[in-house]
Amino acid sequence: MSQAKEKTIEDGIIKRVSGPVVSAAGLDAKMNDMVYVGDEGLMGEVIRIKDDLTTIQVYEETSGVSPGEPVENTGEPLSVDLGPGMLNSIYDGVQRPLAVLEGQLGAFLDRGVDAPGIDLEKKWGFKPTVKKGDEVNPGDIIGTVQETESIEHKVMIPPNFVGGKVVRIQKGEHTVVDEICELDSGEKITMRQKWPVRSPRPTKQKHTPTIPLVTGQRILDGLFPIAKGGTAAIPGPFGSGKTVTQHQLAKWSDADIIVYVGCGERGNEMTEVIEVFPELEDPKTGKALMSRTCLIANTSNMPVAARESCVYTGVTIAEYYRDMGYDVAVMADSTSRWAEAMREISSRLEEMPGEEGYPAYLSARLSAFYERAGLFTNLNETAGSISIVGAVSPPGGDFSEPVTQNTLRIVKTFWALDASLAERRHFPAINWNESYSLYRNQLDPWLRENVEDDWPDVRQWAVTTLAEEAKLQEIVQLVGKDALPEDQQLTLEVARYLREGFLQQNAYHDVDTYSEPGKTYLTFKAIQTFNDEAFKALSGGASIEQIQAIEAVPRLNRIGTASEYGEFIEQLEKEITDQLKELY
Amino acid sequence: MKEYQTINEVSGPLVFAEIDEPIGYGEMVEIELSGRGMRRGQVLESTDKFVAIQVFEGTTGIDKKCSVRFLGETLKMPVTGDLLGRVLDGSGQPIDGGPEIVPEDRRDIVGTAINPYAREYPREFIQTGISSIDGMNTLVRGQKLPLFSGAGLPHNEIALQIARQATVPEEDVGDGGSEFAVVFAAMGITAEEANEFMDDFERTGALERSVVFLNLADDPAVERTITPRLALTTAEYLAFDLNYHVLVILTDMTNYCEALREIGAAREEVPGRRGYPGYMYTDLSMLYERAGRIEGVEGSITQIPILTMPGDDDTHPIPDLTGYITEGQIYVDRELHSKGVEPPINVLPSLSRLMSEGIGEGLTRNDHSNVSDQLYAGYAEGRDLRALVNIVGREALSERDNTYLDFADRFEREFIQQGYETGRTIVETLSAGWNLLSMLPKTELNRIDESYIEKYYEENSESSEVEG
Ligand SMILES: Nc1ncnc2c1ncn2[C@@H]1O[C@H](COP(=O)(O)OP(=O)(O)OP(=O)(O)O)[C@@H](O)[C@H]1O
Ligand SMILES: [Mg+2]
Repeated sequence: MSQAKEKTIEDGIIKRVSGPVVSAAGLDAKMNDMVYVGDEGLMGEVIRIKDDLTTIQVYEETSGVSPGEPVENTGEPLSVDLGPGMLNSIYDGVQRPLAVLEGQLGAFLDRGVDAPGIDLEKKWGFKPTVKKGDEVNPGDIIGTVQETESIEHKVMIPPNFVGGKVVRIQKGEHTVVDEICELDSGEKITMRQKWPVRSPRPTKQKHTPTIPLVTGQRILDGLFPIAKGGTAAIPGPFGSGKTVTQHQLAKWSDADIIVYVGCGERGNEMTEVIEVFPELEDPKTGKALMSRTCLIANTSNMPVAARESCVYTGVTIAEYYRDMGYDVAVMADSTSRWAEAMREISSRLEEMPGEEGYPAYLSARLSAFYERAGLFTNLNETAGSISIVGAVSPPGGDFSEPVTQNTLRIVKTFWALDASLAERRHFPAINWNESYSLYRNQLDPWLRENVEDDWPDVRQWAVTTLAEEAKLQEIVQLVGKDALPEDQQLTLEVARYLREGFLQQNAYHDVDTYSEPGKTYLTFKAIQTFNDEAFKALSGGASIEQIQAIEAVPRLNRIGTASEYGEFIEQLEKEITDQLKELY
Repeated sequence: MKEYQTINEVSGPLVFAEIDEPIGYGEMVEIELSGRGMRRGQVLESTDKFVAIQVFEGTTGIDKKCSVRFLGETLKMPVTGDLLGRVLDGSGQPIDGGPEIVPEDRRDIVGTAINPYAREYPREFIQTGISSIDGMNTLVRGQKLPLFSGAGLPHNEIALQIARQATVPEEDVGDGGSEFAVVFAAMGITAEEANEFMDDFERTGALERSVVFLNLADDPAVERTITPRLALTTAEYLAFDLNYHVLVILTDMTNYCEALREIGAAREEVPGRRGYPGYMYTDLSMLYERAGRIEGVEGSITQIPILTMPGDDDTHPIPDLTGYITEGQIYVDRELHSKGVEPPINVLPSLSRLMSEGIGEGLTRNDHSNVSDQLYAGYAEGRDLRALVNIVGREALSERDNTYLDFADRFEREFIQQGYETGRTIVETLSAGWNLLSMLPKTELNRIDESYIEKYYEENSESSEVEG
């Protein structure tokens, strides 16, 4: 956050302090104004006004704050600073740069400190893309800056400015507060914009997305794809793999920009990203992954009000890069912690609780958040998208609770994590019977065109086989496998390879961690080849035991870890086919 | 110092008093019981007219005539290296008859969050000597790894075994290397249980490098909400100021949460799930997140909280919220316990999230993660089959299924079972794993790289024959 303490409109006096909620009298404030609370100037936001009493949620710890201390209003809503320098950065929930805070405070986060969201002194090489005399409108791109090795930052006219003719535009090294352009409308433009986090940035139009966000995760790309501009929820009990899946997406998905919001989760998980991402290569550009990533970390032990705002901070930054024409993916881990922050503030306000104590506006807030995803035509006519993947942490792992249910009503992709799969170390522990994607049909044309024409058919074959397995397993539970007819036993065997060789994917294996669409397809195909040849063998007179004893087949489970997969699969399919043919 | 005689309400653990000057949120309070001693508390809500005070030592005996003093500061813990070897009560007063503690510093007990940017990701393997932990749920320095247990299960034995056996292999101890210290915080456990710990600490000489905080079952419940904070403030001082590697044992977190619930109820808050406060997740995270490592600092805090799951139910809010915060969990299992397995750890629901970074080439051994994955898969399969075998009998099962049944049995008897006094090195643990895995045909070992099979698979493993 950047707001230097602008002079007060009318100071208020604190009347009551209860944890993160403070009430003040005599404050002249609008709803959602940013205020500074107490002698230490703790950052807060107005969340209720009643008669003379203003209620404020405070983004910092309030120990020691007492009634009688002043409250200062900035007169502006909670906003973020937008401009070059956000990538390769880590912020708290109100966009305070954690690296800068470490420099000021040391290892522990103390309160009452503030620093601009972007470096005000650093100089950036600005290259104009418009010239004197050109007509420019709100949202238009007027130049570029090489923000990181992989991302070119587009400098835009802020959407809330008035357009006009360029009177002056200045190439060269500038800070984000230098005036680099002036319009005949009188607007003076810098590389820094401010935007209130709770208001979506405007666009021209929203479209139906048709291109998948390729994740490199076989079960997602293969069975439950998400679109660029789509939404997905990933609910699951503790330890089932929400964070690992989101880290995988942040690492390997083919978005241009990643905004990773650690909302009320573990400190070490953010540290892991900070330590690991700079060393990983973006599969698309070959450049360091961190150079396309912006991190928002408001861990569980950081102030709860800032947890409430961190998802907005994240999605506003995402919208800003979308406006440049980029495909942005937002990971929110965990939206449940955000909902709980709402609940905690709401209960301190003594609002009428809704279901399980959550405020009645829970569902509205969730949909407003996911609504900020989509494929858009921007004001400047570029196309950009925001995909949102939200983790959900249901109490006791029970999906019938309000946050999961309200989220499911909104999102179009559902990746259901399953504790019993996680227990047997079947990872990712995404339950293939419960999960779904409503994007399949609209993404199929792209997959046919860009991977293989029969992608949808192969996928359908796998889905059918797995569904068949689920049915057969119920019978097996009662009578044992050997009581089944041989063709059904063979189906079980094929399904086992789908589970072990296709669905399972080890995030910690250097090769297996990422499976490009071509490899995902061929893995499907290899198992299908085994299926087809084995059924031929069976009807040719071979026994199920003979088929199970084929030496080559278990290698289906090693496709994932094979780096030269093309050769490996070709060779394997040949061996399987040959060995099966020998049986009849 | 502000002093009042204005108490107008006493309700459960709370006292309400009128005031005429501003009192800080969280400020410390002393309540004088006209000649009958003094109670301490903390401001839970502060307005310009009254304050709500949470009294740590219970409100019994407090009346409207008692005088209330506001100390003008939040609760602080006096810290010094001399705390090592000392035994304190649940609010930090020495109870061992030792000399008065002369503090080096006084630290706010709430603590502030470690800046995630300043953390160092924990990746140093701690060898606990327990195969089910080292082999399959590896603990690393700076981790928070709770024991999920139940009433009457041997969680204390396990915690003690870890405290006794924990070493960091190949570490240069002695010349300037950081030393190991234990901070033990008891919340509402019985005197007998506390003695179990104290005796063991004394027997092994660990007491000298320990700081013990004791809030026992008959001590005030509300005090339990500050005991772990005092302990963790001490641990932070030892780790980040004095460079100790601190192991913090917090037991029993269930009693801590009950105390939170009691305060919430007294404040007439809207309760969350099963009556526990809606902010319990945040509250617990402010304890658990105090584990970790800091870049550029030698010392570390490793936490082993212990909790007993009411009704052995891990969906209960206490284990549930804990599991959502900690970096894994170790399940102490009733069924294994009744089979006599020591320690009765069920590896299937157990997890160490920091394992993958703490093991492998140069840390433990390159086949470690593969071995672990394969043991999990095998044991899970064997346990599933136990349900089936009860229905259809062994004869109806295939040879493969029978092998897995035997595998699961031997896994419990040979790998999990080791006794509380035996420590196994990581190499011994991995060998025990290979010995079991060699029961299975090589083609079943699909989680293991072929080169490791080549190297470690025991060709003529004694029990690869299957009894029908
Ligand atoms: N794809 C994967 N490959 C390998 N291991 C995985 C994978 N997914 C999850 N795991 C394992 O599961 C553990 C827990 O996963 P994760 O931390 O993502 O859980 P979570 O659902 O985010 O839990 P919480 O809600 O408590 O944060 C990881 O530490 C890792 O050991
Ligand atoms: Mg997680």
